[in-house]
Amino acid sequence: MIDETFVDLSRLQFAITALYHFLFVPLTLGMTWILVIMESVYVMTGREIYRDMTKFWGKLFGINFAIGVATGLTMEFEFGTNWSYYSHYVGDVFGAPLAIEGLMAFFLESTFVGMFFLGWDRLTRRQHLGVTFLMAVGTNLSALWILIANGWMQNPVGAEFNYQTMRMEMTSFAELVFNPVAQVKFIHTVSAGYVAASMFVLGISSYYILKGRDISFAKRSFSVASGFGLASILCVILLGDESGYEVGEVQKVKLATIEAEWHTEEAPAAFTMFGFPDSEEQVTRAAIKIPYALGIIATRSLDEEVEGISDLEKNHEKRIRNGMLAYEYLDKLRNGQDTPENIATFDGLKADLGYGLLLKRYTPNVVDATEADIQQAVKDSFPLVGPMFWSFRIMVACGVAMLIVFALAFYYNAHRVIEQKRWLLWAAVFSIPLPWIAIEFGWVVAEYGRQPWAISEILPTFLATSSLTTNDLIMSIAGFVIFYTGLAIVEGWLMLRFVRQGPSSLHTNKYHFEKINQQPAEEQGAQS
Amino acid sequence: MIFDYETLKLLWWLIIGILLIGFAVTDGMDMGVAMLLRLVGKTDSERRTVINTIGAHWDGNQVWFITAGGALFAAWPMVYAAAFSGFYFAMLLVLFALFFRPLAFDYRSKIDTYRWRNNWDWALLAGSAIPALVFGVAFGNLFLGVPFNIDNLLRASYQGSFFGLLNPFGILAGLVSITMLMGHAGMWLQLRTDSDVAKRSGQYGRYALLVFIALFAIAGFWVANMDGYQIVSMPDTQSYANPIGKVVTSAPGAWLDNYSAMPLTLIFPALGIGMAAVAWFFSKVGKPALGLVSSSLMLVGVIMTAGASLFPFVMPSSNNPNVSLTMWDAVSSHMTLNVMFVAAAIFVPLILAYTTWCYVKMWRRVTVHEIENNTHGSY
Repeated sequence: MIDETFVDLSRLQFAITALYHFLFVPLTLGMTWILVIMESVYVMTGREIYRDMTKFWGKLFGINFAIGVATGLTMEFEFGTNWSYYSHYVGDVFGAPLAIEGLMAFFLESTFVGMFFLGWDRLTRRQHLGVTFLMAVGTNLSALWILIANGWMQNPVGAEFNYQTMRMEMTSFAELVFNPVAQVKFIHTVSAGYVAASMFVLGISSYYILKGRDISFAKRSFSVASGFGLASILCVILLGDESGYEVGEVQKVKLATIEAEWHTEEAPAAFTMFGFPDSEEQVTRAAIKIPYALGIIATRSLDEEVEGISDLEKNHEKRIRNGMLAYEYLDKLRNGQDTPENIATFDGLKADLGYGLLLKRYTPNVVDATEADIQQAVKDSFPLVGPMFWSFRIMVACGVAMLIVFALAFYYNAHRVIEQKRWLLWAAVFSIPLPWIAIEFGWVVAEYGRQPWAISEILPTFLATSSLTTNDLIMSIAGFVIFYTGLAIVEGWLMLRFVRQGPSSLHTNKYHFEKINQQPAEEQGAQS
Repeated sequence: MIFDYETLKLLWWLIIGILLIGFAVTDGMDMGVAMLLRLVGKTDSERRTVINTIGAHWDGNQVWFITAGGALFAAWPMVYAAAFSGFYFAMLLVLFALFFRPLAFDYRSKIDTYRWRNNWDWALLAGSAIPALVFGVAFGNLFLGVPFNIDNLLRASYQGSFFGLLNPFGILAGLVSITMLMGHAGMWLQLRTDSDVAKRSGQYGRYALLVFIALFAIAGFWVANMDGYQIVSMPDTQSYANPIGKVVTSAPGAWLDNYSAMPLTLIFPALGIGMAAVAWFFSKVGKPALGLVSSSLMLVGVIMTAGASLFPFVMPSSNNPNVSLTMWDAVSSHMTLNVMFVAAAIFVPLILAYTTWCYVKMWRRVTVHEIENNTHGSY
């Protein structure tokens, strides 16, 4: 039998470490491009203030990057340490993008990040810009391969189960790479990272403008961030919509739970903007709906239906019963009865093997499952509607708020009146956490929404664990919490210290705090 | 497919070896540098000199380790699954130790107080010595066999404990790993620093090499007399990968079988010991560049010795030898090995090319004088 506590702890540890890691990733993804933009202006115009901007924002990027690297190691270890059956069962497919990520992207990013920080005096301007550019390319390619791996967990294409090796094996590398879910996710995720970095630069620059220090440095940074940010948030929202379409195609359960769509509506389905989903009664109370919207987003049509939970349940029940048969034949094949007929029968059923494995939660031998077990398995084949419904709406609300901030920032900046709009500058400062909130909830939607599967419709999460004990998990979770809290304190403290110092931390004798010390009279502006 | 399955399996055994060698020569060297840091750098400027010799490279170097892990996942998923979950607390120890390194490198120079920097020096030491030790211990335990089993659904389970790994032979292997990396790093620092730091680096590096030679020789005799594993029968090497279809026994001295079957492989242990002695000599006569080349070849020798002795085993099981993992049967499918081979063939040469460019650009002796004049542009 499955020890539910142990499974929950395994999931908790992965969730903690993944969500924590992803606090640092978005800034890295976006900041590298912002650095490329700033340094390009420096190389083109030769104005030193842009080099100082590159160096200063680069410093903040570096503080963040170090933890990103450290916590990223955890992710690579954790599949093996805590999800060893997963690693065996899908390593043949899932391992490939991870290894290619190392070879193609992480080497590039990490080799050049050192040159970015320490190569200023050793490289020509163009060479250094090239280094910064390759660092950005490496970082973003990293995200590409990781999301190809993650996209495969959501929509496992290009692979097939092999009964002889008892695992999924790759059948088409091209299908794996060009998985539509992965492509959409990649763009949605990296542009979310660009938004995070833009908001970070925008908010901190606004703070300097509000404080009246290093104005021209801050305004130039503000300009870069507002332009890049506006373009990125539009991209995030557009691609978010595109993922809605992809999800509608291949992850019907996710869509139905996000929407709290209990029963299939007549096409075109309405989009529930707000409401209180009630799982007991299977209704959404006080719902505010936008007619047609869901149908259009999810199916790109007015006459296709979006399946509701009750219809999906019927479908799952059928597949679970098929899965029991598949398991029965798998057993035969693995115990010497691998006749051509049995193989052919199994091949016809194996698409539903994963659904059969869902029953392992209730009975060690799937074929012995009772009617009650099957009904329970059907119920458990959905994530809870509440967390899905709310996480999604929090993400979207943050996105819309950021769109407004970036649009106004861009508009007033273009009209050169941003200094007078102090309310907007304050709004930008207080909007700094928004991208992180949106991103973390976005991951909750994506990964919690995949439950009860580790690999969608292939491998249930509870089977994917390692053979460890609950005590092992308690100890390792405690270790992670202690370490990660320590890291967060050191990082946060250092980051705040450098943000407060601002460009004065470059020790070029041109900026606010150094000028105060030298010539208090001339306070403003360190200029090129 | 470019190659048949059997050839690809062999090639992947070699590629994993190359990645491990890359890891030892580059990131292992950084670990050695951090272990020597407090010994060869007496003042803050001296320590910064030491750190700045690898300042621009440590992050790229670390990717050899990360990529070796990724390649293990992709090419030998069963090994990745069984080893990482079996050595659970050892892996977590390595992981927590490794957290310190990026932070120490990046944060140390950001605040100029003795306490801040001294603490990060300790962090750097822990973050380097612990992984170096644990990797050695883990390798040592591969020779002894690891207590794990695999059931009919191919789920691996580990029956040992963390402290079970810390047996005498495991610890000996851990010390071999630490001394070889310190010796290698000594050559590097002697080459890349000046005056007192260079002198001390050479000195400590040579001590480490001598201890390494002694420990490696002892380990060799130990391995010659311990029980090794032998395959009695196994499925065709061209057939699908399934680690539970063979018969394995253990026999005293079986780890030397490959050397008698293929005497050419004796070159690896000879390289390990011989090149350590050659590195010692070059360091002594003030030719650290040649010393560094020699110590790199020493690392090739040591890692290939481990590989050649265990071959075709990767992770023998002491509980149930028949489910031991080998490079024939704990591997990915033909297609995945093929795809990954193409990826490695394209990217490894590229990586070597741009890494070399970076080293060339940063190549200049790091002097204490220069470091003292450049407090903000370096670590």
